[in-house]
Amino acid sequence: MAAITITNVSKTYPGAAAPSISDINLTIQDGEFIVLVGPSGCGKSTLLRMVAGLEEITVGEVKIGDRVVNNVDPADRDIAMVFQNYALYPHMSVRENMAYGLKNRKTPKAEIEARVAEAARMLELGPYLDRKPRALSGGQRQRVAMGRAVVRQPAAFLFDEPLSNLDAKLRVSMRGEIRRLQKRLATTSLYVTHDQLEAMTLADRLVVLNAGRIEQVGAPLEIYHRPATTFVASFIGAPAMNLLDAEVDGSRLRIGSHVIDARRNMAGQGAITLGIRAEDLHPSATGLPFKVDFVEELGAQRLVHGLIDGQALVLILDPHLPLQDELRLSVNSDKLHLFDILSGRRLEHPQTAANGIPVPA
Amino acid sequence: MNRIRPLDHLILILGTLFMVMPVVVAIMTSTHTAVEIHTGGLQILPGNDGYDTYQTVLTRQGGFTGQVTGARMVMNSLILGLGFAIGKIVLSMAAAYALVYFRFRFATLMFWVIFTTLLLPLEVRIMPSYQVMSQLGLLNSYTGLILPLLASATGTFYFRQFFKSIPDELLEAARIDGAGPVKFFIDVILPLSKTMMAAIFIIMFVYGWNQYLWPMLMTTDERFFTLMRGIKQILQVWVGSQIPDYNEAFALAVLALLPPVLVVVVFQRWFIKGLTESDK
Ligand SMILES: Nc1ncnc2c1ncn2[C@@H]1O[C@H](COP(=O)(O)OP(=O)(O)OP(=O)(O)O)[C@@H](O)[C@H]1O
Ligand SMILES: [Mg+2]
Repeated sequence: MAAITITNVSKTYPGAAAPSISDINLTIQDGEFIVLVGPSGCGKSTLLRMVAGLEEITVGEVKIGDRVVNNVDPADRDIAMVFQNYALYPHMSVRENMAYGLKNRKTPKAEIEARVAEAARMLELGPYLDRKPRALSGGQRQRVAMGRAVVRQPAAFLFDEPLSNLDAKLRVSMRGEIRRLQKRLATTSLYVTHDQLEAMTLADRLVVLNAGRIEQVGAPLEIYHRPATTFVASFIGAPAMNLLDAEVDGSRLRIGSHVIDARRNMAGQGAITLGIRAEDLHPSATGLPFKVDFVEELGAQRLVHGLIDGQALVLILDPHLPLQDELRLSVNSDKLHLFDILSGRRLEHPQTAANGIPVPA
Repeated sequence: MNRIRPLDHLILILGTLFMVMPVVVAIMTSTHTAVEIHTGGLQILPGNDGYDTYQTVLTRQGGFTGQVTGARMVMNSLILGLGFAIGKIVLSMAAAYALVYFRFRFATLMFWVIFTTLLLPLEVRIMPSYQVMSQLGLLNSYTGLILPLLASATGTFYFRQFFKSIPDELLEAARIDGAGPVKFFIDVILPLSKTMMAAIFIIMFVYGWNQYLWPMLMTTDERFFTLMRGIKQILQVWVGSQIPDYNEAFALAVLALLPPVLVVVVFQRWFIKGLTESDK
């Protein structure tokens, strides 16, 4: 077990014009579960593979424990990796798949057997030990891949989208299994996914990547409630946070021709981007006029899409409420997120607490 | 499922007969005496001299030196066929492994150079090859027979394509599992290539077994005669006044047929097993 320290790491693929990873700094505590999340092509896999040693590090330094591993072979980095397509050796039985890494390290036979048996018990693979991978279901294969990582007892687990080949239901149960396993073994883990729900549920800390840069690092709820940029705001959470063009004038916030009075000084001045989570908007007698466009029924909740003054907006409503074509919406001014219109960075409210009531213009 | 109609069967039966009849005729004819064949032509029914003919063919000391028997020729052909097949597989797997898994300069160029040698079959370069072997003093030797034909663009190409189809993650998983290049080759690539090896083995064995021109050029010593030359040898008596030993020629031809058939039957099983077992 070990901490992983990533210092000023950049990566430019040979022949590529722009770096795929630029100047990443990240410290992963011993035993921590870090999830790298971001859209496709943002460099998650690249970063993970640099830690694994499968990709050369162009600039910077990666430390596992106290050892700089930039030039250390993957086999000697004391890490284990779980791949998206499982990467099981098709000609070996489940038992041999799990034992292969240990055998190459000249682990005594008795110990290999003990560790494989333990992993098989933990992952409920006992009945399949002598089967070939092709005779297993996707979920079972992924458990074998995890077993292969577990038996090594490495300093760190690296996961590259291990669940994205599984169906939705299995993904949920495997997610729980991974979390339980990691808690129990307390092994430092770096987990890559583009699924923000998976990221939220698994992570001790989330790292949101965008175009090779870190947008924000933090606990899942912290990121959810205080996204550092519009990118994070729109990426984390489903449905995505509503982002509207608005204007700040002291304590008043103007959205098109409508005004919210926050009853306190707002951050910023002039044109800003306003972020509101769908669940923070409530129907009320007075407030912002909202024209319903279409509705998505999710059972427990109802997503209502519509427009405020020509700007698209989603809100979550109780499915029991009768639907109207036009609503008026209020929002707690604490729940307003303000972002710089150009940089997309979050603007912090000055610390005054007051419940704002939207005032019709 | 479509219902199978009589017409389908008829076509299949006709096709099978078309393919099988010449072989049947050859086998049947080989069991008659030379005189019967000379007078009666090809035979469809079995004769009475099969045992004698085959025994003669396999054991009679023939040729000018009286040293070459049918058995010896079978052995020579086997050595050639096996040497070709095994040598080619070893060489082309090694080449393909290097081309696919090692990053070195000019790898692509190298591949295309190997590939273009497909355009230069043995027949085109037979004189220079002969000269090289002759200057190396390898005429009349198994080494000389086999070595110049070992480099195989076809084999290299097939193995390269196959290695490329193996997911990269498998290599990466093996690297993390502590397998170096040699270990990865032995533990992962070899077992996965079984099917491919079986297929190439069939093709190359038959290719080697059927070689005619090259052995004829390379060997003057009768101890190195192959079956293909033996058959020809027998029919050369034609220029004399006696009846050629048709029966023996047919017997030799049948003998020449057996090992390739055996190889195909044996390796085809392996081949099909590999196909059905391989993962997606
Ligand atoms: N071998 C390579 N050579 C050149 N460019 C590459 C290579 N691999 C990846 N890239 C580029 O680097 C960027 C990051 O790729 P990476 O695979 O890390 O994305 P990712 O975040 O894992 O995406 P996904 O979620 O789709 O897996 C992409 O723009 C990609 O085109
Ligand atoms: Mg990826």
